[in-house]
This record gives sequence, C-alpha cells and structure tokens, in this order.
Amino acid sequence: MTAISQTADGAGDPGAAKPAADPERRAAVITACVVGGIGCAGVAVPIVASFGPSEREKAAGGPVDVDVAAIPLGQMRVFEWQGKPIWILHRDAAMIASLKTHDTLLADPYSKRTAYPTPPYVLKDSSTRSIKPEYFVGIGICTHLGCSPSGPFGANENPQLGDEPGFVCPCHGSTFDLAGRVFKNKPASDNLQVPPHQYLSDSIVLIGEDKKKA
Amino acid sequence: MGLHPTQYKGLLGWIDARMPSLMIAFRTHMLEYYAPKNFNVWYFFGSFALMVLVIQLVSGILLAMHYKPDSNLAFWSVEFIMREVNGGWFIRYMHSTGASFFFIVVYLHMFRGLLYGSYRKPRELVWIVGCVIFLSLMAESFFGYLLPWGQMSFWGAQVIINLFDSIPLIGRDLSVWIRGDYVVGDATLNRFFSFHIVLVPLALIGLVVAHIFALHDVGSNNPDGIEIKDHTDANGRPLDSIPFHPYYTVHDLYGLGFFFTAYSAVLFFAPELGGVFLEGNNFIPADPFQTPTHIAPLWYFTPYYSILRATTSEFMIWLGLGTLFLGVLTYLRVRPGPWRLVVAVFTFVVFVLMTVPQVRLDPKLWGVILMALSTTVFALLPWLDQSPVKSMRYRPGWHKAVLGVFVTAFVVLGYLGINPPTPGRTLVAQVCAALYFGFFFLMPWWSRMGTFKPVPARVTFAAH
Repeated sequence: MTAISQTADGAGDPGAAKPAADPERRAAVITACVVGGIGCAGVAVPIVASFGPSEREKAAGGPVDVDVAAIPLGQMRVFEWQGKPIWILHRDAAMIASLKTHDTLLADPYSKRTAYPTPPYVLKDSSTRSIKPEYFVGIGICTHLGCSPSGPFGANENPQLGDEPGFVCPCHGSTFDLAGRVFKNKPASDNLQVPPHQYLSDSIVLIGEDKKKA
Repeated sequence: MGLHPTQYKGLLGWIDARMPSLMIAFRTHMLEYYAPKNFNVWYFFGSFALMVLVIQLVSGILLAMHYKPDSNLAFWSVEFIMREVNGGWFIRYMHSTGASFFFIVVYLHMFRGLLYGSYRKPRELVWIVGCVIFLSLMAESFFGYLLPWGQMSFWGAQVIINLFDSIPLIGRDLSVWIRGDYVVGDATLNRFFSFHIVLVPLALIGLVVAHIFALHDVGSNNPDGIEIKDHTDANGRPLDSIPFHPYYTVHDLYGLGFFFTAYSAVLFFAPELGGVFLEGNNFIPADPFQTPTHIAPLWYFTPYYSILRATTSEFMIWLGLGTLFLGVLTYLRVRPGPWRLVVAVFTFVVFVLMTVPQVRLDPKLWGVILMALSTTVFALLPWLDQSPVKSMRYRPGWHKAVLGVFVTAFVVLGYLGINPPTPGRTLVAQVCAALYFGFFFLMPWWSRMGTFKPVPARVTFAAH
C-alpha cells in the first residue's frame, strides 16, 4: 500500500483527485482484453470439443442383421445395435389382438409425437407399429430417463400393468403396451423408439438402415 | 531489515519474522475468533463435516492407487481392493461409509440453520456458500458412484445424464456431450473419475475455505439467534463469547469421539447398512442391456428423486393451481407498480406452460425443473424467512410444527424414493412434494404470523 501511494501521479492515494485516463493506455487495455478474449475463446473450442464422442465411438455402431425366425412365438430376444438393446418380440395372435382395444388408455396411440419420430413404414397400422404385425422391433430404452424396461408381461402378471400385457420400466414405473406405446399418466410421454430397419429376406432384419438410405 | 517484528521465539519466531501471515491466520481464525459460549449439540456438525472431508480425501487418495478407471477393469479393480489389497476393504469402506456420513452430518448441519435462523442477515453469504458446497457434494457423490461400475452405478448415471435430454432443442446433444458417447461407457467413466478426484475436490476445498472465511467475518449465530457483538467489552470482544481455540477445539475433539463411535460402528459392523449405504445390485457388474428390476439412487438423493418421479401429467394441473395461488399472493404483497406486472406475467406464463395441453412443457422437463429447484431452493431462505426473530426458541410454537411437517415430508419423500413406485405411493409423494415447496414458498407469509416471544438481550447460558 505504501509503495503505491508514493508514485509520482498519486494514483494509489485515495485523497488525490482522480487523474484523467490516458487515451493511449486505455486503447492498449481494450486491445489487450479483446485479443486475450479471442485467445481464450479459441482455446475453449478444442477443450469443449474434447468432451464429445471420439472418432472411434462415432465409427462404431453400423447396421446389424438378425434372423427373426429363431425367435419362438410369444417370446422376445435382445440384440445390440449402437450399444443399445434392440428388442424383437415375436407376437402371437392374442398379443396382436391386445393392441387393438386400448387406444383410450394410451398417451400417444397413433405415435404422432415427434420427440422420437417413429418411421412411417411401421405406422401403416398404428396399433402394431411394425413392418410385419407379428414382429415388433424396438429400442429397449425408456423414453423417460433411459432405463431398459422389463417384460414382456402377460395380462395380470404385473401389478403396474394390471390386466394389460406390456412392459414396465423399473426406474420410474412407466408402462408400455406390446407395440411400445406408453400408457397415459406415466413419467414417460413418448412411445418407445423404433429403430430404422428393413427386411432383407423373409426372416432377416437389418437394424440400423431402412430402404430410403439403402 | 525487512524482518517482521515478532512476539514469538525460536523456530516459530524465525518463521513469523519472514511469513507473518501464518500466525495472523491462526490468531484470526482460532485464538482470537470469538464464538458464542452457548453453543449446543447442534453446533458439532460443522466440525464433523470438516473431519469427514479429511477422511474422504485421505481414503480417496489411497483408493486411487489401486483403482482402474476403465470400463473393462473398474468393477474388478474394486473387488481386487476389497479382497486382495492389504487393508483394502478398510480403505474402501472408510470411503463408502464416509460418503453417507457426509450427508448425514451436512443434513443435520443444515437443519441447525433452519432451527436457529443461521442464514439470516448478516450471514447470507455463509449460507449461500454452504448451499454451493451442498450441490458440489451431490456432484462429487454422483461422479464417485459411477466408479465401481456396478449395475446401480451404470443405471444411476444413465438416468441422471438422461435428465438433460429433456431440455428443449439442445438436450439430446448435451447429454451425448456429457457422456462422451451415445450410451454411458468408457469415456463417461474416465471423465467422471477425473471430476471425482480432481475437479470437485479442489472446488470443495476452496468452498469450505470461503465458508469459514465468510463465517468468521460476521461471527457465528447461536441457539438464541441474537448478535453477541451487540454487547462487547472495552476491547471490542463480545461479552458472551469464548475464543475458538482452545475452548471449541477441545469441545469439538470431544464431540468427534461420539462421531467416530457411530462411524466405526457402521464401518466395521454394517458397511452396507442393509443395502442403504451400499446397494446390493452394485455388487453385480454393469450390464447395459439389463436394468435391475428395481433401481434407486443412494438414500441421500431420494427426496429429490421422489419429487422427480412424482411429477406426472396428472400432477401438472395441481402444480399449475399452486403456482397461480402463489402468484396471486405475491401480486397482492407487491406494491402497485412495474413489479406487479412482472409477477402477473411470470405467473401467467408458468401456469400456461404447466397446464395448457397445446403449449405446455413436458411433465418430464417439469420434473427435472422441480428436482433442480428442490435442491437449490435452500439458497433463497435468507429472503423467504420474514420472521422478526431468528431462533425457533422465540418463534410461535406452531412454527416448530411447520418445520416438523417439512422434515416429515422430506423423510417420507426419501423413504418413497428408495422404494418402487405404486399409484398410492406416487400420490403420497405428490402430497409431500407440495408440502416441501409450500414450506419454502409460503414462508414469506407464515413466518411472520403468530405471537413471538420476547428475545433476551444476552444469551441464555448455564455453566455446567
């Protein structure tokens, strides 16, 4: 403190009149701040970018093909695509019938919401949400907060579903029907995602690519 | 020349002549920090929290010597620590038990603040820094919980990172940026390790120093909620005070005996505490394809987690009505002028975004907003509390009951958050969430109502 107040112009002395700012120094200060600011912003770019997925992670996750004929009637198998669980449920006639009658219980029966767009080629029948009614292909990640729902449960097998067959998310209790459509008044408001997929033959499904891109 | 004149002899004198800051700091914060003499048992928890911080730093440094932040190795390196490192189980349980005790101690420390109005003027900054410490502690715990790479680690992180998904427009990209991958993976584990052992501990230490500086600048509150600085001796020392050192250092060391009894009892006899301190499912390696049938965060997060879960589309209309009610109350309270317009517009916009089906925000986003609000609303207490006296001792008896209702709602929310949801439990959680927010946001009204007792000029204290 003493050292400052002894300077010739009395800059540090609170009693002294405030000297007029030297315009040349002021310009130097502003220039230094601007150049330094640009420098900081420039450094921030690669730092922020380093948090994103690496090239290796971006390259992983090409399409995978699956033989659905091996899935027994009424059962579900889980496959991996892009690190995500892909469900393929082989629905029997009773399961398909269960989808037709409960539109009023669903939050988005026609899959109209766009947060997780449903491919149009599975919406020819909005109740089955699949290319072939007997095979439901979906991403087994709850649209609420990303848990993997349990199931499929039959009617009256799970208290949260009651007499509807479907899936239950263990984390927050969202429930879905056997076409992955979410029931009303649950934490999730979107139906389960349907991945882009196509049939290469009668029983081989390619997951991760649909006909538009092929 | 240049040596500082010193009162100390020997080595200390030699050091003090060259670096007087050391003894100045010791005098300011210990020898000549005058604390009220009427502290009760609630005033132990600040020292306990500092002790737990030291335990966590020491045990954490030791764990980092054996732990491997790699998604293929992490789970097994923790098992290696538990089974093969000499004394490894002890170090690991020190750290996991310490984490839960940190929250026990901090919650009791915060409750003390509510009880005696410790956040009121002039201690607003002490309180706000404390709230930031609380948030940092939650971040630290969240990052640390991923590291064992068990099922709960994985799915807990998956759920919490997905919370960011609900932010409109940027949410999806933001959560990928946080994870560093499209799903929780190796990149996520590595960065959480870095945050857990470097970034957040550094921030915590700095914040704790700021918390203590801010406290020592204004002086401690006490169970009577009166300012001891109003009555001082000729030297300006408060009459109702004692020097922190040696009186409270010895006092706190005595208290630490009780702390270590409880801590050791859990550490040695029930380190998992029946699945509450360490969850059973976390002894299963992370499996990205199989969510365990029941997942829950650790107990200290469950009250906020319950609030998140309770925010369903059916609950939105009640939230909207609550907001409307609060908006009308505030409108009537504010003097006519531009602020009334701000209150009216804000209330209207929030009400519309909560209730009008065509434009309302997702209930999921509201859940996230309410959860964030429930953890940060504490920072507003200095301004929400309008009671003419600070301490619960001199407030109307029914204020204690209101505080009791809040604590009950908090505990019930915590209990519900540990358990799977059912329609009945969700309803209870919704009622408790309403009580939780009602406690805070109706405080400007209820805290000034009732008959207050006369506040003494000097602290009430009986020598033992």
